[in-house]
Amino acid sequence: MAKFEKANSIGEWLDQRLAVETLKKVMQTEYWIPKDINFLWAMGMVLAATFGILTISGIFLLMYYKPDTALAFDSVNYTIMTEVGYGWLWRHVHGIGASLVFLIIYIHMLTGIYYGSYKKGRELIWLSGMGLFVAFSAEAFSGYMLPWGQMSYWAGMVITNLFSGGSLEAYGLVEWIRGDYVPGDAFLTRFFMLHVFLLPLVIIGLIVLHFGTLRIPHVNNQEGEEFDYGEHAELYKAGKVKESKVIPFSPVFLSKDVFVMGVYFILFFYLVFYHFNFAMDPVNFDPADGLKTPAHIYPEWYFLWSYEILRPFSKDLGLVAFAIAQVIFFALPFLDRSPNVAPASRRGLFKYWFWLMVVDLIVLTFMGKLPPEGIWNVIGLVAALAFFALWIALPIITKLEKKL
Amino acid sequence: MKELKIFGVVAAFTLLLYWGVEPFAHSQMHAHVEGHNFTYDGTADIAEATKAEKKDVVTAKKAFWADVAKVGKMKGDVAAGEAGFATCMGCHTGMPINMGGVIAPALDHAGAIYDKNYLIALIKDPAMASNVDHKYADTSTHPMGSIKMMMTDDQQIADVVAYMMAKKAGEVTTKEAFAEACGRCHAMRYAKTSQLGDIPKFKYEKDTLSYKVKILEEQDLVKAYMGKLPPDLSMINRARSHHFMETFVENPQSQLAGTSMPRVGLSKAGYAKVEKYMEEIGDPSKPAREELGPKVILFFIVFTFLAFLWKKAMWKGHH
Repeated sequence: MAKFEKANSIGEWLDQRLAVETLKKVMQTEYWIPKDINFLWAMGMVLAATFGILTISGIFLLMYYKPDTALAFDSVNYTIMTEVGYGWLWRHVHGIGASLVFLIIYIHMLTGIYYGSYKKGRELIWLSGMGLFVAFSAEAFSGYMLPWGQMSYWAGMVITNLFSGGSLEAYGLVEWIRGDYVPGDAFLTRFFMLHVFLLPLVIIGLIVLHFGTLRIPHVNNQEGEEFDYGEHAELYKAGKVKESKVIPFSPVFLSKDVFVMGVYFILFFYLVFYHFNFAMDPVNFDPADGLKTPAHIYPEWYFLWSYEILRPFSKDLGLVAFAIAQVIFFALPFLDRSPNVAPASRRGLFKYWFWLMVVDLIVLTFMGKLPPEGIWNVIGLVAALAFFALWIALPIITKLEKKL
Repeated sequence: MKELKIFGVVAAFTLLLYWGVEPFAHSQMHAHVEGHNFTYDGTADIAEATKAEKKDVVTAKKAFWADVAKVGKMKGDVAAGEAGFATCMGCHTGMPINMGGVIAPALDHAGAIYDKNYLIALIKDPAMASNVDHKYADTSTHPMGSIKMMMTDDQQIADVVAYMMAKKAGEVTTKEAFAEACGRCHAMRYAKTSQLGDIPKFKYEKDTLSYKVKILEEQDLVKAYMGKLPPDLSMINRARSHHFMETFVENPQSQLAGTSMPRVGLSKAGYAKVEKYMEEIGDPSKPAREELGPKVILFFIVFTFLAFLWKKAMWKGHH
C-alpha cells in the first residue's frame, strides 16, 4: 500500500487518495483546446447540458408515469399534467429537450462536416458521434411510444413493420420485436425499459467514448490548422497567452460554453413556456386506437428526411434506400478521399457538395411531412435520388480536390 | 463580425426548417374551412348540398332556411312562449334519461348559449337544423322529430324562442355550458363527468361499480344511435387546433363529411364558454405556465449576461 501522510485539508486528503489535483489538470486546466474556434464549438457542451436536462426531467416524469396501455395516456396527460406539482413543467422540458437535442445534434454534425473534423486521425470522433446519433434516435423513438397516443401507436406500428423486410415478409421478426401481433402492452413495457434503462446506459457509455476519442487527435479548429499542442501549451503556461494557439478547457473554453448555453437556454425556455406544440404533436393527444388510423402519419421533424428516402420508392427499393440512408453518414471519413482538413469554403467542389447536402436534407425534411400527393411526390423522389447522387459523387470530387 | 455571420446562417436555416415542418406542412395537410362567426342561416348547408349535386336536397334546404329566416323576423311574445315551452319540458327535464338514443339536454341556459335562429330551425325540423338530415329518410324520425307535429305554428315557435332568449339566459358557468351543449354525448373523464353528468363518489365499491354499469349502458345506447361512441373531450383542446374546433362545432359536416355529430347551434358567446371549459380541463397548467414563464426567461437573460462578462474576463489578453 502507498504511504499516507496526515492531510492538512480536505483537498489534500482527497488528493492523496484520488489524485484530484492531477485529475483537475488532465480534465480541465491543462486539457488544451485550440483558440481559433467559434460558437459552434460549444455545441458539444450544449448537447451534454441538454442530455442532463433530459435525464433530470425524465427522472421526475418516471416517478409518475405508468407503463401500461390502460394507464399510460392518463398518467401522462392527467396525473403529470394536472395533479403533480410542476409536472407540466417537467413534461414540457422533456418534450422540448427531445426536439432541441436533435436540432443541436444536426448543427454539431454539419459543423463537423463543414470543417472536416472527421478526417485523418479523427475518424473515431466521427464514428462514436454517429453512434450517439443512432442511440439518440432509438431513445427518441422509444420515448415517443410512452404517452400511448395515436401517433405513438401508429408510429410504433409503421416502424416495427419495417423489420418485416418488405418482400421477405419476416412477420415472425416483427412479432418478436413487438411481443404481440400489434403494438400492445408487451410492446409498451419493453420500449419503456429501453427508454429509461438500456438506451440511456448506451448513450452514457458512448458519450464517454466520444470524449475519449477527442483526447489524442485534439479538437479541430476553424482553419483546420495543425500545430504542436505541447509547444503551445508551454507557451500558454509561460504566460504568453496571446501567442499561444491553445486555451485550457477550464476556465477559458468553458466560460464561452456557458455563455453560449445561456443564449440556448433563453430559446429553450421560451419554447417550453410559449411555443411547445411543435414538439408535442396534437395527434398524440388522442388516445391510441388500433381501429382508427390517423389521416396523416409522420414522424417527428428530425426523422422526416430519412422517412422521405423511404417513401417515394417501391416497397423493397424504399427499404434498401432507407437502410443505406441510416448508415451512410458513418462512411463519411472513408468516402472523403481528400487529405485536406479545412473548412468547406476552401475545398473547391466540396463546398458545393456541402451546401447541396444541407439543402437536400431540408427539402427531404419538408417533403417527409407533406401528404404524398402530386408535386410533393415528384420533389420527394428527386430529393431522395439527389441524396444518393451526392454520396456517389463524394469520393470522386474529393479525389479531384487539390492539396492545400 | 464573422461569428455573428455564422450565427445568422445557422439561425436562418433553423427558421426555414421550422417554417417547412410546421406552418407550411400544416397548411397543406388540412383543408381550410371558412368559419361563419356562429351565425346560422343555412348558407353552408346549401353550399354542401349543391357541391354534392343533390338537387332535391338543395331545394328542401333553401325552403327550410327561408322559412327559418321568416320566423326569425317575427316578434315573439315571451309570456305566450312560456306555455309553449312547457311542451319542451316534457322531454328536456334536465334528468339523465335516454330518449331514442340520447339524453334530451337541459335547457336551463338555452337562451345564453345557443343562437336564436338555430333554435327556431331546431324546433321547425331538428334534423335539418343540426345538418344531419342525411341520417334520416324522413326527418321526423329524429329523436326530437315529433316536435314537428307538436309545434306547427310559426308564431308559437317565435314565442317559445323569445321565451328562451329572455328567461333562460341567466349567468352560465363554463361547466354548465359544456354540460348542456356537449355533455350528453361526450364524457370528460379528467373532469370526472360522464354522459350521465358528474360521477358521484360512493362509500362502497359495489355502488361505484353499479354506477359504472349505468354509465356503460348509457354509452351503449349513445353508441347504437351515433354509430360510435363520441370521444371523451378531456384532451381535445390539445388534440385539435383552435380553428378546427371552432369550425367543427359550427358545422361538423364541414370538417368531417358524413359524421353523425349534429350541429349544436352554439352562439359565439356560448362557444366561448364551452371552449374555455375545454381549456380548463385539457390545459390546466396554463395560468401557472404564464405566471412562471417570464421569471424563468428573465433568470436566463441575467445568467447569460453574467456569463458574457465572465467570458470577457477569461478571454482578456487572448487575442
